[in-house]
Amino acid sequence: MAIIEVRDLGKRYGPRVAVDSVSFEVAEGEIFGVLGPNGAGKTTTVECVAGLRTPDRGSVSVLGRRPADVRASIGVQLQASELPERMRVGEALALFSSFYPSPVDWSARLGLVPHLKAEFGQLSGGLKQRLSIALALIGSPRIAILDELTTGLDPRARRDTWSVIEEVRSAGVTILLVTHFMEEAERLCDRVAVFRDGRIVALDTPSELVSRVDGGTRVRFVPSAALDVSVLEALPEVTSVTTAGEQLVVSGSENLLHAVTSLLARRQVVARQLRVDQVSLDDAYVELTGGRDVQDR
Amino acid sequence: MFKIVEIEARLFLRDRMNSLFALLFPSVLLLALGAIPALRTPDENFGGQRFIDSYVSALVVFALVFIGLQRLPVVVATYREKGVLRRLSTTPMHPARLLAGQMVVNFAAVILSVLLLILVGYVVFGVDLPHHPLGLACAVMLGGAGTFALGLVIAALAPNARTAGGWAAVVFMLLMFLGGVYLPRFMLPSAVQAIGSYSPPGVEAIHQAWLGVAPDWRHLAIMGLVGLVAGTVAARTFRWE
Repeated sequence: MAIIEVRDLGKRYGPRVAVDSVSFEVAEGEIFGVLGPNGAGKTTTVECVAGLRTPDRGSVSVLGRRPADVRASIGVQLQASELPERMRVGEALALFSSFYPSPVDWSARLGLVPHLKAEFGQLSGGLKQRLSIALALIGSPRIAILDELTTGLDPRARRDTWSVIEEVRSAGVTILLVTHFMEEAERLCDRVAVFRDGRIVALDTPSELVSRVDGGTRVRFVPSAALDVSVLEALPEVTSVTTAGEQLVVSGSENLLHAVTSLLARRQVVARQLRVDQVSLDDAYVELTGGRDVQDR
Repeated sequence: MFKIVEIEARLFLRDRMNSLFALLFPSVLLLALGAIPALRTPDENFGGQRFIDSYVSALVVFALVFIGLQRLPVVVATYREKGVLRRLSTTPMHPARLLAGQMVVNFAAVILSVLLLILVGYVVFGVDLPHHPLGLACAVMLGGAGTFALGLVIAALAPNARTAGGWAAVVFMLLMFLGGVYLPRFMLPSAVQAIGSYSPPGVEAIHQAWLGVAPDWRHLAIMGLVGLVAGTVAARTFRWE
């Protein structure tokens, strides 16, 4: 059953159309990704779902009601919203706890306990995000909306945050996740809506999105000895060979890797720095969003 | 709501510079001025009173405008700028309560500051206890309402916290001048004195309640009106994000 239902949503700011007839449904327990370049309407859409903005057109229903009526069931982590500089972590948790009838303390699971006395202004980016998640989850929401949760985090902190999200989901919370990072969407999301210019241009599972893009395989390596490019090109699996400095980039069909390595073995050439690339959600994203503004942060 | 007030109070006290200044400065300045013999000798310039007697109402003005214009607008504009208010509007609690908590704490600070001033004045220099305590309470309350409302208008209209601080500083200086903080009021031109009686926080009403007979109800009414008008403007124009 759909826990979030967005129908034909439209929102403009003055003359600028931010969101134009967006529709989607999110099932209970799902992690639903919202992807797209800056200004594609992601944040506006989730803000309408969070009840922070009133749509100009269309309808948003959360748990079958208007979002503003079910605020206590929606936990929100907003992009660029902070707390007073000198408020301590423990105080923020106590304050937000007082807003809900049966608050849940996530501080231990989020590793905040050693920092309860620290002031918000002194926290690292990763800790601020963890606190922000703890506050979003404090009211034991059925839906968590997380907007650019890991933007600005280092890779390690990002991975830590992902495991937190997985834990949250296993507690039965439905998650609406806005992200810039394909790796994040691929790893976490059950389904992904790709936004472009205020519309959804694709909505599917990450693997389905990838399979739509036709790119095959690419093998890159530095040959240990000189290698005649034409020999590679003669292989039936190979569609093209390009050189980039010492490096050879060979593109072709799925069996490319086997064909290339066998050839190299026969010629007793070793492939150094060998890398195999498959079409990723990155490529799918670039193609779907017209290749503009990719990972623009 | 109680939690909000508690945490706002802690934040107020944690901001040492501001809180000490707001709470102690009027009393400390009174002690400093009172240490000068000439200022604690009756003088006909002050209608036979001592300078320090005539100056206590200006110190109340200082407490009110310092808190209402130096602290309140900047804190509120910062809350908006940093997205604190927006963050709260995603919870079941309306962010207006945070502002209410802010007002409660700041007003409590004014009351403490004035009580301390009364105590220090009485114990150290024998300044009369307020002649009309109820009148003084009304004058401080309504004067505070007027001043705080002006602070909130600034917070509502200023594009960001820095600008709010700048505008507030100008109004702060002006109201201190009109309230006789820089120069004792008897030294000011009579027109300026008259304006000062009606400009927030209403030094004349405070003075009359403390050392005169009773505050003039017209002064109080004007202060209430300023509070009402400015408060309405602030509420109408306030942006939560």
